[in-house]
Amino acid sequence: MSSTASPEIERVSGQPARAPRRFSFNVRQSGIYVAFALIIVLFSALTGGTLLQPENISNIIVQNSYVLILAIGMILVIIAGHIDLSAGSVVAVTGAVSAVLMVNLNVPWLPALLITLVVGALIGAWQGYWIAYFGIPAFIVTLAGMLVFRALTLTVLGNQGIGPFPDPIRTLSNGFTDGYLGNVGLGPLGGADLVSLLVGVLVVGGIAFSQWRARRGRMNYLQEVDPLPVFLLKTGGAGVVVLAVVVQLARFKNIPWVLVLLAALVLFYSLLTTRAVFGRRIYAIGGNLQAATLSGVKVKSVVFWIFVNMGVLSALAGVIFAGRLNQAGPTAGTSFELDAIAAAFIGGAAVQGGVGKVVGAITGGLIMAVINNGMSLIGAPSEQVMLVKGLVLLAAVAYDIWTKRRGGVAATR
Amino acid sequence: MTEFILTMDGIGKSFPGVRALADVRLAVRSGEIHAICGENGAGKSTLMKVLSGVYPHGSYDGEIAFDGQACEFGGIRDSEHRGIVIIHQELALCPQLSIAENIFLGNEQASRGLIDWNRTNHRAAELLDRVGLREPPVTPVGDLGVGKQQLVEIAKALSKEVRLLILDEPTAALGQDDSAHLLDLLRGLRADGVTSVIVSHKLNEVLAVADSITILRDGRTIETLDAHTDDVTEDRIIAGMVGRDLEHRFPPHEPKIGAEALRIEDWTVHSPTRRDHMVVDRANLVLRRGEIVGLAGLMGAGRTELAMSVFGRSYGRDISGRLVKDGRPIELRSVGEAIAHGIAYVTEDRKRYGLNLIEDVKRNISAAGLRKLARRGWVNENEEHRVAGRFRRDMNIKVPTVNAAVGTLSGGNQQKVVLSKWIFTDPDVLILDEPTRGIDVGAKYEIYSIINRLADEGKAVLVISSELPELLGLCDRVYALSAGRITGEVSRAEATQERLMQHMTRNQEQSP
Repeated sequence: MSSTASPEIERVSGQPARAPRRFSFNVRQSGIYVAFALIIVLFSALTGGTLLQPENISNIIVQNSYVLILAIGMILVIIAGHIDLSAGSVVAVTGAVSAVLMVNLNVPWLPALLITLVVGALIGAWQGYWIAYFGIPAFIVTLAGMLVFRALTLTVLGNQGIGPFPDPIRTLSNGFTDGYLGNVGLGPLGGADLVSLLVGVLVVGGIAFSQWRARRGRMNYLQEVDPLPVFLLKTGGAGVVVLAVVVQLARFKNIPWVLVLLAALVLFYSLLTTRAVFGRRIYAIGGNLQAATLSGVKVKSVVFWIFVNMGVLSALAGVIFAGRLNQAGPTAGTSFELDAIAAAFIGGAAVQGGVGKVVGAITGGLIMAVINNGMSLIGAPSEQVMLVKGLVLLAAVAYDIWTKRRGGVAATR
Repeated sequence: MTEFILTMDGIGKSFPGVRALADVRLAVRSGEIHAICGENGAGKSTLMKVLSGVYPHGSYDGEIAFDGQACEFGGIRDSEHRGIVIIHQELALCPQLSIAENIFLGNEQASRGLIDWNRTNHRAAELLDRVGLREPPVTPVGDLGVGKQQLVEIAKALSKEVRLLILDEPTAALGQDDSAHLLDLLRGLRADGVTSVIVSHKLNEVLAVADSITILRDGRTIETLDAHTDDVTEDRIIAGMVGRDLEHRFPPHEPKIGAEALRIEDWTVHSPTRRDHMVVDRANLVLRRGEIVGLAGLMGAGRTELAMSVFGRSYGRDISGRLVKDGRPIELRSVGEAIAHGIAYVTEDRKRYGLNLIEDVKRNISAAGLRKLARRGWVNENEEHRVAGRFRRDMNIKVPTVNAAVGTLSGGNQQKVVLSKWIFTDPDVLILDEPTRGIDVGAKYEIYSIINRLADEGKAVLVISSELPELLGLCDRVYALSAGRITGEVSRAEATQERLMQHMTRNQEQSP
């Protein structure tokens, strides 16, 4: 990410080129991924390799998909300097709405799903109005929302759940892609689904191609890029990891549909936050609200739409969670918002706003997922899991503040 | 020998890149009212902060003696302990707390850890009586006007057995009656043996109340006048404040003045907090292409408020008046509309209002003109990088790469980033609010050159500055603003500091 390739460009202003700061810079950015890798290694060892078994990898993804979806919405909210405490209750109420539509009213699944997403958008618009246009802190508005939408869930559902859900919804949240082309043998690894493997190869190819194109584009603009070996190592590394996961999934039951959905969301929101004008506005608002306002950013509108987006993603998570349990329950989604918030902060978001990445939030969510999964595999009681998750959150944010202080950025604010 | 209650000798104080005070002498007689006068940035407030211990001993040069004893204050508490109390321009009161609670804040009237409310309120009432404020001690301070809050501050100072009372611009925010009352109070305290030092821009008040006047300029003591024996007039003080020497600190510039770019008519702005208070009062300004116009005014005259209210109503409420851009009337209801109409405002406080310090140089430069780099909502980051690189070269922003965080840059380079941001929006009218505040001399020259270049490109430039030499050296024409009104307009040929200062200090009553 930092300079090495063409130092002569950096001397235009007659200033001596300074030593590249790529290592100190990268420690902060990549600390989270290193931590993730270490945690995986640790729990692989503790569980005797069970953690990385095909079935277990599949489980981790499917079991945590809804929190990861919430984490994507939450990171946008947090980058803008706000918070959403109502996500869990919105998951519950939208799950209930979808159940009423699909089970009680027999609405076909696709229109029902779309209506539910619209309900989520309306909930987001409601909260976004109070936060952006009325000026109530998000903490208060969403704390109220947490109570209100839980109350609405209970009103709709009473004390019991509604189910079962139609097959397509269950497939989306719990099912796997079909093995259209059958299995192929992978030698000692046994049989694996050909379609999943092909998809994996395609994805890796896509990553490599887009990275290469981005690199060429930057070189055409005479920007500094990683030297070729570093570039190949990074891209190759990412490809190997993706391929390894896909192979393991293909050996189990193919790629879960929810992973396809998640991958699409991560891709879209990563692009949105890094490349879209709207995404840039979010960072600008979180980094310095007044400066953003005086630069012509329509702060209220941006904040409003961030919360609408959060509502839609919460509704999506609500449907998927209900579909996975095959019923919408009154206690669904309890404390999901805290998992999503923790994922965002473990993933490198700053409490003051202005900093954070979608991929970081996903990684933060996966770190907690792996801790959850690994500890339950070794038979740790739930209070220990909670304890460790709490300490990991604290350590992650402490690390972030510590590196910032060392970097001297905090002092200038 | 101890005729002087306070002597400060050889005081020097430096900030990174700026020498704020150099060899300042101040001697205050016991029991007098001593005024300190000087332009904005002359070092008055810095000197008062040195005296009161805000800047602790060791962070400045020189010696302070109070009551004949050398002082080495480590903080405000040390100076207050000796009876030196400073009342800052921005009052340090808690609006939700009562008058009595504010007076005894940090000095609570307690016995065995519990506050004695009867004693608190009784003593507060005594102090209020002394300063002539007839309000129940339990009234929340937030319910009082600024003038009365000022009196609460003085009562608070009296509660600490004050011997030397320092007031920084005490009447800046006060109306005539409140000011007169305050000055009377100071005379009363003088009769009680309290020595006062007032820092003030209002020369008529200084002349009315002060026994001695010390004049600072560019961080140095120019002279100390005895108001009773020397023949002291406002003109005499102004001459001392502005000096006569204007060095060649400005790049030469031959203006090519073109058509009218922006006309501001009958512009009136009310305070967002006090609805009846007019911050800008029927101001009329004309800006022409290729012309650099200055806006002079003392602190609180409404310069920034005028600029920000024009810039898409970023400040104020109940704004009325007309804007005419290139001969056509326009409405600017938001910053976005202002940018769209080719107006740019470069803030006086770049860290708070101008920059996203945690973000890198290129994203700060592109922040206001991002749409120009985007197609269908998607940003071309390569183009963004190229644009930022171009500004880095053109503006000589000293930074190894445009990917560096802006927070790590020096003040001058940060200012160049903010300027780049606004130049990138391709404005016709640039309003520059204190464009050289807090940056070193070399960078100032660069900024002046950039401003000249912008004017030569046919842009209309309005420069707001507290430094009169800067306005005289840079501008083709200067407006003076006092209490929200344009009180004068002076062309480059006729502009002198004395003349501007007269317009700037003109009170509302005197103006037509």
